[in-house]
Amino acid sequence: MDANKRKELQKLACKVRMGVIEGTYNAKSGHPGGSLSISDTLTYLYFDKMNVDAKNPENEDRDRFVLSKGHTAPALYSVLALKGYFPEEEIKSLRHIGALLQGHPCIHIPGVDMSSGSLGQGISAACGMALAGKLNNKSYKVYTVLGDGEIEEGQVWEASMFAAHYKLDNLVAVVDNNGLQIDGPVTEVCSPEPITDKFAAFGWHVITMDAHDFDDIERAFSEASNVTGKPVVIVQKSTKGKGVSFMENQVGWHGTAPNKEQYEQAMAELTAQLKELED
Amino acid sequence: MADVIKKATRESYGEALRDLADEYKDLVVLDADLAAATKTGIFKKAHPERFFDCGIAEANMMGVAAGLATCGKIPFASTFAMFAAGRAFEIVRNSIGYPHLNVKIGATHAGISVGEDGATHQCNEDIALMRTIPGMTIINPCDDVEAKAAVRAALDFNGPVYMRFGRLAVPVINDAATYKFELGKGVVLRDGKDVTIAATGLMVNEALQAAETLAAEGISARVVNIHTIKPLDKELICKCAKETGLIVTAEEHSVIGGLGSAVAEAVTECCPIKVVKIGVNDEFGHSGPAVDLLKEFGLSAENIVKTVKTNLNK
Repeated sequence: MDANKRKELQKLACKVRMGVIEGTYNAKSGHPGGSLSISDTLTYLYFDKMNVDAKNPENEDRDRFVLSKGHTAPALYSVLALKGYFPEEEIKSLRHIGALLQGHPCIHIPGVDMSSGSLGQGISAACGMALAGKLNNKSYKVYTVLGDGEIEEGQVWEASMFAAHYKLDNLVAVVDNNGLQIDGPVTEVCSPEPITDKFAAFGWHVITMDAHDFDDIERAFSEASNVTGKPVVIVQKSTKGKGVSFMENQVGWHGTAPNKEQYEQAMAELTAQLKELED
Repeated sequence: MADVIKKATRESYGEALRDLADEYKDLVVLDADLAAATKTGIFKKAHPERFFDCGIAEANMMGVAAGLATCGKIPFASTFAMFAAGRAFEIVRNSIGYPHLNVKIGATHAGISVGEDGATHQCNEDIALMRTIPGMTIINPCDDVEAKAAVRAALDFNGPVYMRFGRLAVPVINDAATYKFELGKGVVLRDGKDVTIAATGLMVNEALQAAETLAAEGISARVVNIHTIKPLDKELICKCAKETGLIVTAEEHSVIGGLGSAVAEAVTECCPIKVVKIGVNDEFGHSGPAVDLLKEFGLSAENIVKTVKTNLNK
């Protein structure tokens, strides 16, 4: 990847993370950990990979995105605000009464392609979108991001069978393998591992990726674009809470908002990271 | 009544889908390994490229339907009522109801007239479940003519619709040439002044028979067909409450949460009169021939007659 492009994406991802902290702090609730672990992937998808236009969010030829792990909506909203789907100020009223930005993604929010958040359901909707693309002779791709805890839901595997059976090669699912879910490490709660082997057995093309390395992210999604005849899953190795030192790899930051002191520290860290990239 | 034509509304569903496919280019059909039973196999035979079997995976089928609908398709997600409303309830709520997507749910084998399969497959709770989802339209047609008209009405309506069909062949009581289906409008099939019998689905025919018997005994019963349970035709229900007093509801569904409950909720607000509910009384069904089960559970003209007379003190 070109050095300038890499730096631009890194800067954008840093701003996305600031939005995650801003939103959850003002909401006094929400899910920063898993939002931070997918921030780089969403930044890459929306600012480089996907064919989307904030000025024409309903364009029927656009690529689709479904955040199956809907609790990490702060990351999606942060990206959509930076893309210009709605004013960045909206982030501050996330989860408030009367706010545009609901606790979990809602289809009525500009740029959101599907309501999601009840785990396991987004991937099925993504399958439906991919099937519609085939039926309508459209060349768009459908991207969906799932949590590694989320794939404990049986519906995910129903959808996985369906996607492979109907050869939905226009579908790319990302499993955010940050290793932590609410009750603890995924391997201790009720292990979904080995994740790659499971998807391979279900007939998917499997790619692994470092979720915080834009060169590797580009490599993985480029490979995904060239697969034919089967759906693609990218199992991304990620760090929950990535970018905020005290949130990294801490299960407690799954669904806890930062207090004022933590907010200030997190923003100071992210501001410093951004400054370093801008120098 | 020997020459009455009988047909199961599931059959009407399959035929309607087949016949409307050319007119509605975005119509697609999903099933969950029950195409032979739900009768979507009729559609599959005529339009195989627009039929998608999801396998025995109802949760995913509802989600796939939702995704298709976001891209302009009009999916008919088809399975037994037990699995459509029961097993997949939360997916129907969150992936179809909450985003208010244009998905049609074809739920067949509703009620105890499933028969020999017994309690696990006799869904008497689906109307109650679906009524709680904001924006969900619920249609429970009474015969072949109405079922086919309901499928067209669902296609012409933009939003989620739950359609309830039966396994058992039931008499065709409407005239195809003159029948008009109006979503959300009850139909007064017979006028009367002493009591209103509000019926839905296969109980409409029983209600008509009951009214005949009652007339012979000097009781004037109004028969109203409520094919759309949500949104309920409250105007008509309240008019009946005011004009006849007593309302007896009749449905092949639990007395909890179905038509009877909807009618009772409506009249308490506009004209609190006595509502007596005929349905399955908070119990599970069991195996047996459908016609025998209907009799046993009081889903019959005889029981309607008895209930009306008891409540009119006659």
